[in-house]
Amino acid sequence: MTRDSFRSPLARALGLGTAKSGVQHWWAERVAAVALVPLCLWFAASIIAHAGSDRAVFIGWIRTPLATSCMTLLLIALFHHSALGLQVVIEDYVHSGVRFVAIVAVRLGCYGLAVIGIFATLHIAFGG
Amino acid sequence: MINTGANSNSTPARPRPLSPNIQIYRPQLTSVLSIANRVTGLILSFGAVGLVVWLSAAATGPQTYGVVQGVIESWAGQVVLFGCTFAFFLHLCGGIRHFVWDTVHGFELRSIYISGWTIVAASVVLTAAAWTISLFVAGGHP
Repeated sequence: MTRDSFRSPLARALGLGTAKSGVQHWWAERVAAVALVPLCLWFAASIIAHAGSDRAVFIGWIRTPLATSCMTLLLIALFHHSALGLQVVIEDYVHSGVRFVAIVAVRLGCYGLAVIGIFATLHIAFGG
Repeated sequence: MINTGANSNSTPARPRPLSPNIQIYRPQLTSVLSIANRVTGLILSFGAVGLVVWLSAAATGPQTYGVVQGVIESWAGQVVLFGCTFAFFLHLCGGIRHFVWDTVHGFELRSIYISGWTIVAASVVLTAAAWTISLFVAGGHP
């Protein structure tokens, strides 16, 4: 008896279609996009409102609780959406063995950048 | 050769016919905006890296921030920032157009062309407005 026989026919069939697990990917991309609409508009409006300001003003702005929270949320949604979007681009154009490596690299790169951005934001907000 | 399919191991007498791909068709608003949404997404991914660099520089100190700010305020930096602004608004408007399509609305050819030209016009207007207001605000802080 093989391990496989313990799995139901449905469990064995799931994910074997050409779409694989496309719905989750598509849905996650849309959820991040919904979050990005207000967050990006907030970010664009804030940058425009502070155009020409020096570092002290920008630091003062990021230190406000609203800006710290929104910037953190923006970085999470932005890099999650980027990772998912870039993965689709790689899947469409990269057909060699590099594909898997490229997807993993993009994933790790995006999450790494998100962490660096969030750390910088929190450092500005709470650092001395 | 884009796709040799299952015949990649054998050598056919003449190239197998390929299904018409993107380079065959005359560009249309529909295809151009579809490609534009992907290209602007790629551009904005690089813009996101710029955002992290900018935040990290602000967190590091005045000297590092000054270097990054100098690059942003340079002629090339402003051109890139302007391009990123247009890419941002086009991707945002295109994304909202996709949300409408996700509700299974607006798929008639006429609706698709109306929404297509609408997002192009909206992106141009929003980019112009963002830069006009920015330059006006920046004028107040010389």
